[in-house]
Amino acid sequence: MQNKYTDWKQALRSGLLGGAIIVLLSLIGIVTAFNKTFIITKVLTFGELLLLGPIIVFSFVAIRKAATKSPGFLLLTGAIAGLASGLVLIALVGVGQLINLRAMFVNASDDLYAIYSYNQTLFFGMILRLAVSGLTGLMTAGFFRLPARIKQALGQALLYIIMMGLMSKLIGTVIASWGFVSLLFEWMFARSGLSIVGAVVIFLLVGGLTYWRYGRPKARLVRDPKKQQLVRWGTLGGLGILILLLPSILGMWFSEILDNVGLFILMGLGLNIVVGFAGLLDLGYVAFYAIGAYTIGVLTSPELGFFNMTFWQAFPFAILVAVAAGILLGLPILKMRGDYLAIVTLGFGEIIRLLALSDWLKPWLGGTQGIQRIAKPVIGIGNFSIQLESQQQLYYLILAGIVIVAFIAIRLRDSRLGRTWMALREDEDVAVAMGINHVATKLTAFAMGAIFSGIGGTIFAAKLGSIYPSSFMFLVSINILSLIIVGGMGSIPGVFVGALALMGLPEVLREFAEYRYLFYGAALVAMMLAKPEGLWPEARHKLELHEAEAPPPQESEPAATSA
Amino acid sequence: MFRTWRQRVTFSDIMVWIIGLAIGVVVVWGTISTIQSGKYSAESWFDLIVKGLALGGVYALIAMGYTLVYGILRMINFAHSEVFMSGPVTAVFLANALAASGFLNKQPLLSILAIALLSMLVSMTVAILVERIAYRPLRNAPRLVPLITAIGASFFLQYTFRGFYGSGFQAYPTIDALAGSWKIGTVQLYKTQAVVIMAAIVLMFLLYAIVMWSKLGKAMRAVSEDREAAALMGIDADKIIVFTFALGGAAAGIGGILYILLFPIAHFYMGFIPGLKAFTAAVLGGIGNVPGAFLGSMVLGLIESLGPNLFLDGLGIPNASQLKDALAFIILVFILIFRPSGILGERTAQTKA
Amino acid sequence: MSKRLFVVLSLFVAAAMLLASCGGATSTYTCTDAIGCVTIAPGDPIHIVYALVVAGPNESLGIDSRNGIEIAISDTGGTILDHPVQFDGEDTGCSAEGGQAAGTKLAADPTIVAVIGTNCSSEARVAMPLFSAAGFVVVSPSNTAPDLTEAGNPNNYPGYLRTAHNDKVQGAVAAEFVYNELGLRKAATIHDGSLYAEKLQEVFATHFVELGGTITAQEAVDPAQTDMSSVLTSIAAGGPEIIYFPIFMPAGGFLIRQARNTPGLEAVKLMGADGLFSSDVMEGGGAEIEGFLVSSPLTQGAEYDAFVAKYQEMFGSAPISIFHAHAYDAYMMIKAAIEKVAIVQSDGTVIIPRQALRDAVYATANFDGLTGNLTCTPTGDCADPYIAVYEYHAGQYPPEVIWKP
Repeated sequence: MQNKYTDWKQALRSGLLGGAIIVLLSLIGIVTAFNKTFIITKVLTFGELLLLGPIIVFSFVAIRKAATKSPGFLLLTGAIAGLASGLVLIALVGVGQLINLRAMFVNASDDLYAIYSYNQTLFFGMILRLAVSGLTGLMTAGFFRLPARIKQALGQALLYIIMMGLMSKLIGTVIASWGFVSLLFEWMFARSGLSIVGAVVIFLLVGGLTYWRYGRPKARLVRDPKKQQLVRWGTLGGLGILILLLPSILGMWFSEILDNVGLFILMGLGLNIVVGFAGLLDLGYVAFYAIGAYTIGVLTSPELGFFNMTFWQAFPFAILVAVAAGILLGLPILKMRGDYLAIVTLGFGEIIRLLALSDWLKPWLGGTQGIQRIAKPVIGIGNFSIQLESQQQLYYLILAGIVIVAFIAIRLRDSRLGRTWMALREDEDVAVAMGINHVATKLTAFAMGAIFSGIGGTIFAAKLGSIYPSSFMFLVSINILSLIIVGGMGSIPGVFVGALALMGLPEVLREFAEYRYLFYGAALVAMMLAKPEGLWPEARHKLELHEAEAPPPQESEPAATSA
Repeated sequence: MFRTWRQRVTFSDIMVWIIGLAIGVVVVWGTISTIQSGKYSAESWFDLIVKGLALGGVYALIAMGYTLVYGILRMINFAHSEVFMSGPVTAVFLANALAASGFLNKQPLLSILAIALLSMLVSMTVAILVERIAYRPLRNAPRLVPLITAIGASFFLQYTFRGFYGSGFQAYPTIDALAGSWKIGTVQLYKTQAVVIMAAIVLMFLLYAIVMWSKLGKAMRAVSEDREAAALMGIDADKIIVFTFALGGAAAGIGGILYILLFPIAHFYMGFIPGLKAFTAAVLGGIGNVPGAFLGSMVLGLIESLGPNLFLDGLGIPNASQLKDALAFIILVFILIFRPSGILGERTAQTKA
Repeated sequence: MSKRLFVVLSLFVAAAMLLASCGGATSTYTCTDAIGCVTIAPGDPIHIVYALVVAGPNESLGIDSRNGIEIAISDTGGTILDHPVQFDGEDTGCSAEGGQAAGTKLAADPTIVAVIGTNCSSEARVAMPLFSAAGFVVVSPSNTAPDLTEAGNPNNYPGYLRTAHNDKVQGAVAAEFVYNELGLRKAATIHDGSLYAEKLQEVFATHFVELGGTITAQEAVDPAQTDMSSVLTSIAAGGPEIIYFPIFMPAGGFLIRQARNTPGLEAVKLMGADGLFSSDVMEGGGAEIEGFLVSSPLTQGAEYDAFVAKYQEMFGSAPISIFHAHAYDAYMMIKAAIEKVAIVQSDGTVIIPRQALRDAVYATANFDGLTGNLTCTPTGDCADPYIAVYEYHAGQYPPEVIWKP
């Protein structure tokens, strides 16, 4: 039985790999750190989930790759994979007993070994751990053998429980602001994680629903096309009202997240013009953000006391300065291409930050101590004016900004200028040969990008009330670039999706405290591997990537009228 | 070529030249007034030059990783700064163990080689893993997609190593054999700097030899020239790409130990700045070009070391060294204005990137 | 919506209402506090949070403070008034925007009694209005900017205190020490672009000039910078007798190492502040650490030694900065104040009136902490002004105390 033998090896390999990943997670410290974070209170901790999760994943892989699908064989494969993972953990504990691993790996502590061995004596505990690992593998195999319908229901239910459990604190914060209604949900959540009742309810609800809906076609509520149109408008209108009401529904904390996401949408729309439309890789986009913020700061702060303008008086100047900076940056890099352009723009971003930080310009820009008491925007006239101060109020300013900027971006994309940008992106030499003025085209792209980013900067300054050079690190440029690529390069809805995913995610991941960047990095890689074309790609790009599999392209846009 | 210069020179060209000229004038003016003021002694200048060259040597080794990968895949490997970091933050434990046993000062050469070997192996492994997990599945994706996975991998690696070794600073032990200096006339030449410069030059030459004359190196250049044609010639492109990452990782790992000889404190965040600088240096020299990376690195090291005092001090700018990185980038712009594809720029800048 | 789904949902809601009506203890105490009370039912934990920088390049600062608090919690058995302590918190990132995000999130949680944080003064300026409005009492282990506790300054919010030293105090002590005790007349300073270092060197410089000394240069480095040659060469040209750099690791370690190797600075004295008081500095400075001076609170004695031993045991490494001790004291002060003002009911329910708690913390006097004898001023400065100067010797930690006021 040659086949059987190789599969056995495959199971072992998967199991060892799973074990290695558990050891990695343990040594990073996540297992110990989240040993007190419950998913289901008093039943399952996040730490324990991290010890079992990789076993489930890797025994699943082993089973999927198994050559024979006979039940006994699969169960064996799962068990072997699980046991192998368990053995790796035992090996770690064994090594940890022989030599002091902690001199190197600070997290290889007795606490970790205690978690491994369920707080039992080491010997008995590790046998228990081995048994649990093997059983997990076995159960994964059993799960694999279930009928598809039950499998899906069970899988969905467990997934929901884990998600809800992980985010229980976050959900709790939102619900807490709902007054009486919050009482309705209180019993579902414990201090940490879901309550047992809550978990059971979610399990039944999600599992039941998935089971019931399995295999049924999605029913259309309205079949009449005319009514469908109505429904569509209704949904859009409802969505609009929901967006307007979001800050009051979700409370202050989520408004803060929404504000940050909104700011990055604003800037993402701008960078999308530079990188997505015109194809100029700009790694120093933060420069214009800083310029916008600093212009507002210098012009309005009474602390520096140069101008003492109001926010709206200073606003046009901020845009002017941003445009000027965009053109100034655009000029030297007209001739550069690709990565030369990237590094020069990166340098530009750093130069701006370093100048703001420098003692040389301190009398004007505040240096290290930053600028404080920046004016907040006031809207309305006379007695009916209101100062936008809280995150919930600023949300509407940002929303208005996004609506205007998105409108401009869409109009630009479909304009003649937009098409010249794209021509330049596709092939600069050909575009120039066709008579496109590449100087003007590139400079307008930079200037437009600078304006959007500058607007973002002004709102940022007003929102915080004080700005410091440390807010304008290279990382901000990277974040904006990431969000437009994760969203789908050149795609305007993609900017929205990308900003939600990338700026919302780290905030949601705050639960993970110092590990949130670790999860963020992993999520970034996973997202790009899963969807290289972005979450909401531009139609044209999607076609390019999937040329082989796609049906002949259908022209969805109106044909270009000019050359 | 048939047009007259009047037609070829546009308004924007003139503006660019004005910007370039302005930078040039300021630099020259600053230099002249600094030297006239006589604030710094000749010993100081010598010291700064040596330190700049040592720094440049380290940058060169890191820049190799960027330039080799760029040559083959046309992508910026942003995770390379973490590849660089992973070696020294791991090898510090070996170094401290050697120091504790007394072996370090008994056999300094052997010890340093062992430490460098470990650092190299770790960096190499990390580089290969990053390629396997974050880049290979995206071989045919748009150019900017691997850039984002690189950034993600970079975050992940930083916080992985932070989790392993804690967020404190790990100091390397002092190696007695490298402490102190030689006195040449009136100037001091510190042993560490001299060793680092020499080691960097030797290693760069070695890398150059590998790329130019070894079989794998030739295959590597073939793949970078034309991947499909190379594949037709029986070269396994995937294998060569792995080799490229391994080579770049190894160079970064050894570079990490040279860096540690100069700045002996390891930390999970230590890779970011040198990585950025090395990338800048690689571009400055003409990315994708091995001698270019070396030259660019040396120029950058010197600008960083000499720049603030030489160019800015004379202009009366207070606290000039705070602007050292800004100055480095301004000079970069200055050089790229006149040589848009780097000092030794090659064809990659001309083809559509 | 289909019928079946509707039935399921209505059952769900009905069950929810039923369960909701069962819970809820009734309290006999009516809160009369000006800014409200926190009621903690029997068995429920008392919620104390951190707002520190625990991720990113400055994280060693916050992680160290957090470790200090965790030791304090463990030292006191993890309870206050027989209620367990729930300790969690938010990363503030040492930036204004990070402070605002963390502040907004924490301010939305009404169960929080007290906040220990922030690390960086820029965070405090943005987060304090939020914390203050939420009624928390906030004790910072490492904010040093003078404006935060300056009476009448808009950045001084009610409910804000700190156990860290005001820059005004420490900078002045350092200047006096250098001028009077060391008898040096020419000094240069270096800061790293952090608010802490910039302000501290400014106070030092002003005070030093007032005493009659000369400042030859006020330079700056980047916190991530490793090559200090150009800044040191520039300083050497002025010929100072001492360089004062109240910055952090690793830049501080590189300055210590490279200063001696710079022509003209072979014999210069080096001095830092409490940001450079840790065993990392001793190791990072190598052989060149010999004679390096730092000003720092007097944290010596059996109590502190026991603390360091416990730190090593719990976190697997030596303390990575100095602010753990301030954080430890911050927690202890808060705990003492809670115990003083809380109303314990017969069933074990604890009620903490917020304003009374604030007043109690402000009234802290002669509190025996790790960082000395703490007495809070009405604006919130609690640190013991008793700052000592230490001298590092190679391979010896903690450094030797060479001067006490």
